[in-house]
Amino acid sequence: MKIIIPIKRVLDPYTQARVNKQTEQVDLANAKMAMNPFCEIAVEEALTLKESGAASETIAVSIGTDKTVDTLRTALAMGVDRAIFIKTESELDLQPLHIGKILANIIRREEAELIIMGKQAVDNDNNQTGQILSGLLDYSLGTFISKFELSADASSVEVSREIDSGIEIRKLNLPAIVTVDLRLNEPRYASLPNIMKARSKPLETIELDSLGIDTSPRIKVISVVESGTKDRASKQISSAEELFSELNQMGVL
Amino acid sequence: MSALILIELNGSEVNASSRAAITAASQLSDSIDALVLTNDSSNSESVSKLAGINSVKMIVDDALEHANVEVASKLIAEAMSGYKYLVSGSSTYSKNILPRVGALLDVQPISDVCEIKSNNTFVRPLYAGNIMATVESSDEIIIMTVRATAFEHSGDGGSAKVEALSSTIPESNSTFISLQESQSERPELTTAARIVSGGRGLGSKENFALIEQLADKLDAAVGASRAAVDAGFISNDYQVGQTGKVVAPQLYLAVGISGAIQHLAGMKDSQVIVVINNDPDAPMSRMADLVWQTDLFVALKELNEYQI
Ligand SMILES: Cc1cc2nc3c(=O)[nH]c(=O)nc-3n(C[C@H](O)[C@H](O)[C@H](O)COP(=O)(O)OP(=O)(O)OC[C@H]3O[C@@H](n4cnc5c(N)ncnc54)[C@H](O)[C@@H]3O)c2cc1C
Repeated sequence: MKIIIPIKRVLDPYTQARVNKQTEQVDLANAKMAMNPFCEIAVEEALTLKESGAASETIAVSIGTDKTVDTLRTALAMGVDRAIFIKTESELDLQPLHIGKILANIIRREEAELIIMGKQAVDNDNNQTGQILSGLLDYSLGTFISKFELSADASSVEVSREIDSGIEIRKLNLPAIVTVDLRLNEPRYASLPNIMKARSKPLETIELDSLGIDTSPRIKVISVVESGTKDRASKQISSAEELFSELNQMGVL
Repeated sequence: MSALILIELNGSEVNASSRAAITAASQLSDSIDALVLTNDSSNSESVSKLAGINSVKMIVDDALEHANVEVASKLIAEAMSGYKYLVSGSSTYSKNILPRVGALLDVQPISDVCEIKSNNTFVRPLYAGNIMATVESSDEIIIMTVRATAFEHSGDGGSAKVEALSSTIPESNSTFISLQESQSERPELTTAARIVSGGRGLGSKENFALIEQLADKLDAAVGASRAAVDAGFISNDYQVGQTGKVVAPQLYLAVGISGAIQHLAGMKDSQVIVVINNDPDAPMSRMADLVWQTDLFVALKELNEYQI
């Protein structure tokens, strides 16, 4: 069984996003970038399956400009077998529907039966790509999973989904797409020897244009503004009595 | 230019986020229908009472008891014929299904809409809510989820006619096994007027009971940081934040929570924020209205013992 892990390069999740006054866009030019944390969890899950003997091959796929290769190398250093880089000439505003179509093309070509990916990317917070991809391929879908178990005959998976009312357990027949939540596993770090080894692992480059997919934007971003948290007056208190009396005055009790 | 609302039911009750979706849709269209997928036709009752709804379309089948996304998305895509908008609340129910409907209709959905600027222009959060983007859709059909904290929850008072759609239920490649539902007598987190939320600082599941005790005293819901959920102090459905629930109560009391941007993303619009933390530099304190800088166990003991 081949596993494909689509991954995304994003602004480091612990960095505050800023709008560049000149470009009026989110400033990524000199920002610290990282693999989307949910993608790291997806990579980890695929590697665990490979190590258990259940998967024959793990393939990371990412779409973007040349810098995206760094992120693919990180996945290779974590242990993924090979990588596919879909190269765009410039920073295109690719949306989940476009990404879904591109990934569907690669997945059909590779005949992969299991797709493990993040439930959302922490830049655009769309939480859509896995769902869209499953619709395009007509694969079964398990979103927001915190547990994953492959059946003994590798024909289905049992997943636990973190939903608003608790945990839902479902069985998905393969081929399937799962989107992972934070509590599925603890992703490993790439060791130095593995980072070295990753440099010689196979990385195939495919020009986006060669796939013949319409990537004209469906959604245009008109403007972005910073809306980070505003500091408040922060009055110091020091007893339960003081707290209750303040809250009473504010009328929130 | 009519709109269809995908209604989410909790038992037989209409979910609050679906009510927010009705309010949002009313800014886009004067002709709003509701769509319900259910295994129980008596569930139409609460939906037909919703104010502002023309008609209720129901698809009733045993297979729809636990909304199977592969089946639901096909049925919804079919039901969309003739509609311009598909609107639903930002819940895990809709986030699971709506993008797949988008794929079937070749539409790029819009997630977490917080404001409607015009019939195709919307404001939505990016980067854990640190950026608000105004986006314009050029799709013929517009599919979106809306934040329940950003729109009023439309009430009852209507008497819409109910129409059963005779859809063929497609084959499915997945099966429901079980649901582990959190049972709680406390107010529901996303609609509560008051929330007492605990973080890693609580140290253990046993200590987290102090948060629950205070919540009961204040008739508040319980919330948690990711660290508290990861450590097993409380179950996943209590997590507030970028990847948990988004809340905007009148009072948010954060105990032993440092205030990472991912947590703030879920609660920064709270009206009054109170922080209990022994670290004067915790980022959480900067956005607090009231800060009690102390050991949280001392504070919780005093609060729980205090006679209101
Ligand atoms: C992709 C991604 C998504 C995430 N999504 C979320 C999310 O949705 N929600 C979320 O909450 N987090 C989320 N996080 C995690 C987030 O970054 C933080 O790690 C997390 O919020 C920290 O939880 P915490 O504040 O409870 O713990 P900590 O940061 O460890 O803070 C504990 C606090 O307790 C205080 N404290 C400890 N002991 C005491 C005491 N005795 N008395 C008083 N105060 C005490 C400390 O001073 C400290 O401020 C996400 C992270 C990533 C990478």
